Amino acid sequence: MNTHQEHKYSVQEMISDKKSKKNLFNVTEKIVPLFLLLCAVISVLTTAGILFTLLRESITFFSEVSLAEFYLGTQWSPWSGKFGVFPLITGTLLITAIATCVALPIGIASAIYLSEYASNRSRKIIKPILEILAGIPTVVYGFFALTFVTPILQSVFPELKIFNALSAGIVVGIMITPMIASLSEDAMNSVPNRLREGAMALGSTKLEVTIKVIIPAALSGIIASIVLAVSRALGETMIVTIAAGATPNLTFDPMQSIQTLTAFIVQGATGDTSYGSNIYFSIYAVGITLFVFTFAMNLFAQYISRKFREDY
Amino acid sequence: MSVAMIDEKVEGEIVEKNSSIFKIEDFNLWYGTNQAIYGVNLSIPQNKITAVIGPSGCGKSTLLKTLNRMNDMIPGVRTSGQVMYNNQDIFRNKQMVEELRTQVGMVFQKPNPFPKSIYDNVAYGPRIHGIKKKKVLDEIVENSLKGAAIWDEVKDRLNQNAFSLSGGQQQRVCIARCLAIEPDVILMDEPTSALDPISTSKIEELIKELKNNYTIVIVTHNMQQAARISDKTAFMLNGELVEFTDTDRLFSNPKDKRTEDYITGRFG
Ligand SMILES: Nc1ncnc2c1ncn2[C@@H]1O[C@H](COP(=O)(O)OP(=O)(O)OP(=O)(O)O)[C@@H](O)[C@H]1O
Ligand SMILES: [Mg+2]
Repeated sequence: MNTHQEHKYSVQEMISDKKSKKNLFNVTEKIVPLFLLLCAVISVLTTAGILFTLLRESITFFSEVSLAEFYLGTQWSPWSGKFGVFPLITGTLLITAIATCVALPIGIASAIYLSEYASNRSRKIIKPILEILAGIPTVVYGFFALTFVTPILQSVFPELKIFNALSAGIVVGIMITPMIASLSEDAMNSVPNRLREGAMALGSTKLEVTIKVIIPAALSGIIASIVLAVSRALGETMIVTIAAGATPNLTFDPMQSIQTLTAFIVQGATGDTSYGSNIYFSIYAVGITLFVFTFAMNLFAQYISRKFREDY
Repeated sequence: MSVAMIDEKVEGEIVEKNSSIFKIEDFNLWYGTNQAIYGVNLSIPQNKITAVIGPSGCGKSTLLKTLNRMNDMIPGVRTSGQVMYNNQDIFRNKQMVEELRTQVGMVFQKPNPFPKSIYDNVAYGPRIHGIKKKKVLDEIVENSLKGAAIWDEVKDRLNQNAFSLSGGQQQRVCIARCLAIEPDVILMDEPTSALDPISTSKIEELIKELKNNYTIVIVTHNMQQAARISDKTAFMLNGELVEFTDTDRLFSNPKDKRTEDYITGRFG
């Protein structure tokens, strides 16, 4: 009111005021994108650097141990010169499979509950709890597996080894559940309400709305969350190092002690591995194998979310 | 029922004309503490087009959504009074909601097809109500799309996503989706407000044709539209039903001063 009466300022004047300072703005306008570009370049370069190191050391390794021996061999005991990576791969897949079996149903069910059924109040309580679960350090999960889950499982299956795939897999599953729940819930929540109304107006029950309309509409997001969680399980290190043992074992028996790709890398990197030995280089070969797995998962995720994209 | 039967003995013709499918009695609705509908009494005639007009926020959509119970189960919503559908109180039986909605279909303001193929959109309703046979579904889909006057435009692309259609086409697919479960009543909440004049006139033609088989209740902001297509018009203001009578009468000779002000555009 006041300014209007006194007419002390004119908006146009202030705009031209600012325009006169434009030179300064021009500089910032040019510097900021450069800075942003620099940041982007740094992360690209880092990725390239990591890949380069992985490749270089792996190539050295493969000049000593043939590709066929590495990928087709069924015995992994690097300290006695046996570099068949297969048991590490099966160990990794076993853990991932168990984790997925745990996380998929629980994660999706929680997402459905949170997005479609929970009242605002319970959503406000449950979501932060999920996020806390996602923030627990994996080393804590590892001890949880070893000292809590394993004894319970042993009371059910007495033949279970102290270090075993089952317990570690279950706990990895618990660890990735919030990821699936939270990301899937986001995907389902962003399905517009008018689709729910449309389905309800046709006489669908709530469950029918969820299963026949909401989940298909959110499918690309849900699958992306699953793939992300699975690649997290593939690369999980601490839990399996602590709870699954260090016994490269070509088995799909979850009762056994096993070793994963990641757990071997830890073992190799923390043990008294001398620089330049075959074991040292094998760490990189195992690393690049792991990289191929997670990279394939990411490509798969992209393909899936493009294929199932349902625009609404 | 009994009232109608007495009428029938006296004047067979008038029964047909007056039989109402919905009877709303002393109906009030609150969103939390905010009352949106005040003591509405309204009988909606069968196989007629009933238009509901009134300024923005007066409760038209609220009243419409009450008829297929799309709003009385939102947390915080409270109602009082009765809504009789075919002489049954729709609030009495909480289990009846889904069944009611199969008989009272709805078309929304913004076209809201599912992100599925045109075919799957129309087949959605029949499928969830247990129709599985491909041949039967094919027939239902074709008939519904024909009924919604869009068959010729989409018959060669039934497997394309419904989102690839124009807004007007999407809305007609939504009407087809509604027809596919053969409701008795179709509620329409400003079905043409998002559409261009050509699509609008197509849908108006369609609505007039649907009258033969369906009872239609349509909310509209467009008074010409109400005058063009409806048999009866209800004028609402601030949650109250001000006037409800034959459309011709309401527009040519309104009884209430407020109705007159509104339809002549002299409204505050
Ligand atoms: N879900 C809701 N929660 C709370 N208040 C609501 C809700 N929906 C509607 N209202 C209120 O109820 C009143 C009537 O709303 P309604 O949507 O029925 O109006 P309308 O006549 O359809 O208006 P318009 O022509 O703009 O669509 C308004 O005051 C509105 O703010
Ligand atoms: Mg409205």
